[in-house]
Amino acid sequence: MRRVSAVVCPVCGCCCDDLEVIVDDNAIVDVMNACALGASKFLNYNKHRQRKPMVRRGGRLVEASLEEAVRRSAEILVEASYPILYGWSSTSCEAIEVGLELAEEVGGVIDNTSTICHGPSILAVQDVGISGCTLGQIRHRADLIIYWGCNPWSAHPRHMERYTALTEGRFQRSLWRRLILRLHADSMRKKMLRAAELSLIKRILERIKTRRVREAPYTLWEKERKVVVIDIRRTRTADLADHFIQVKPGKDYEVLQALRALIRDEELDVDEVGGVPVETLEELADLMIGCRLGIIFFGLGLTMSEGKLRNVDAAISLTRDLNRYTKFLIMPMRGHFNVTGANVVFTWQTGYPYAVDFSQGYPRYNPGETSVVDILLRGDSDAALVIASDPVATFPKAAVENLVKNPLIVITPDVTPTSLVADVVLPSTFVGIETSGTTYRMDHVPLPLKKVVEPPEGCIPDEELLKMILREVRAIKKEATLSTVHVEA
Amino acid sequence: MGRLKVSLLTGRTVNQGKWKELGKFSREYMESVAVCQMDPQDMKELGLKEGRNVRVTTRFGYIVVKAEKSKRGPHPGTVFIPYGPWANIVVNPETDGTGMPSLKGIEATVEPTEEPVMSLEEILTRHYGNERLRGERRDA
Repeated sequence: MRRVSAVVCPVCGCCCDDLEVIVDDNAIVDVMNACALGASKFLNYNKHRQRKPMVRRGGRLVEASLEEAVRRSAEILVEASYPILYGWSSTSCEAIEVGLELAEEVGGVIDNTSTICHGPSILAVQDVGISGCTLGQIRHRADLIIYWGCNPWSAHPRHMERYTALTEGRFQRSLWRRLILRLHADSMRKKMLRAAELSLIKRILERIKTRRVREAPYTLWEKERKVVVIDIRRTRTADLADHFIQVKPGKDYEVLQALRALIRDEELDVDEVGGVPVETLEELADLMIGCRLGIIFFGLGLTMSEGKLRNVDAAISLTRDLNRYTKFLIMPMRGHFNVTGANVVFTWQTGYPYAVDFSQGYPRYNPGETSVVDILLRGDSDAALVIASDPVATFPKAAVENLVKNPLIVITPDVTPTSLVADVVLPSTFVGIETSGTTYRMDHVPLPLKKVVEPPEGCIPDEELLKMILREVRAIKKEATLSTVHVEA
Repeated sequence: MGRLKVSLLTGRTVNQGKWKELGKFSREYMESVAVCQMDPQDMKELGLKEGRNVRVTTRFGYIVVKAEKSKRGPHPGTVFIPYGPWANIVVNPETDGTGMPSLKGIEATVEPTEEPVMSLEEILTRHYGNERLRGERRDA
């Protein structure tokens, strides 16, 4: 039995790098320091493997040799006039680099999962810029942490523990003690409520109930960092926050703009904005101006609801406005462990972070037109290669319908709904468990993914599979050129 | 039995994230994703008990999932279905020129039903057409 330490977790954008994995005879038997998502991946990744290359024959997926599957994949890509190459966020930067070369070679559209995640955030950043930082700055210095339209408790379970409110920073204390005290107080209140209900002492009952409504004022813990959660429903993250502000669905833009006005000391002629009383917004504006270093973490609550990129635009503009008074930062909560890496590699290779179209022979970028969901909704593509992703389970129905109409190549380490409807399936390895590589954390810090165990026989890393397809594509194109020259001669 | 107009939200839950790692064809994944979290008051209005099936309809389609009492209430008029193949049947695919479909705040109706919840295999067969995959055109 051996212990592998400092393993980077290949699940979400937090990329926690303190995992310890216990390996016995090339099998992972335990994992320490991981959240529920990370532990589940390390302990279950091998239970639903794609172990053999497969090709569809007579309507059925049947086992094939690797050479045949690679050859068929290359043929599909060469024959297609507008193929899409989609996924990339759960593989290494090294594999993405080869993928971009392949996309250019076949004149296809290459897009990563940020297209249905933080794509609108990228568009907003391109419009108005961003004041960003690394998570270490937040851990040590931030005294106001705002989670807007995101739920780290569910999607990034260790975010608060490692980078924000529940971590012990050099200049900021963890909120653990305060949280435990509050949980105790809550449980005491519940007990008293139950006792009062049983004893039918209405006067006490009423008093407890009214006290419950009253929220503790911010000034109570003036010197400690504060957490504010703004969302359309009370998430588990909101339970941990000092203050929760509930916005009506689709009204984030209005609330953000109202805050911008309040920060400029303008008066609002209404009682509430987006379901939030103006008094609460004024309190929040004071809190924002009064902090020494504040940060807004935002999630898909802003990018997926009405307004989309304009919501993010307003959030970034609010951050910019706040920097007149204090230091304020903003960061998107990226989902997949290497979605940031996909954006970074795409940008350094092509100039654009996602939705890159090579059909004209040079990179072109126009989200809304060259983004995969739009291409599928229009029915423009005539083949697809999917890697390290599962669009059949994640895209809206209308897009999936058009995806499965055309030849589909899937490179995947596990059996997924997408691999079941594919025409060619190539078995790959899990990056960060069976293959090493580079990933980018949500704050653009590159981290090395480790190889912890050997992959099963026949499973090949994404990077190598892509290189094989690329070689085959070039060979087919060369054959075609030679035969044309021969015919002309 | 009535029908309720609601705003449909989709999103991540910790169980959805946890069980997708076990495989999307696992029972655990289906149980954590093919659910509709509803406000207890809304459920009362529809005469719904936890674990009963509900039909969620939007202008893009309908899906049957299990009703679950929301622990994150009160949020009357809003229902939540975790991300997954079930929710994707009813979400709004329109991107408004941004590349991003609208996966939150979709107008929907919810009503109790006796129809069963489809398994993932059934969704693949019925919605994404097995017959399409059997055509000679796609043979290697």
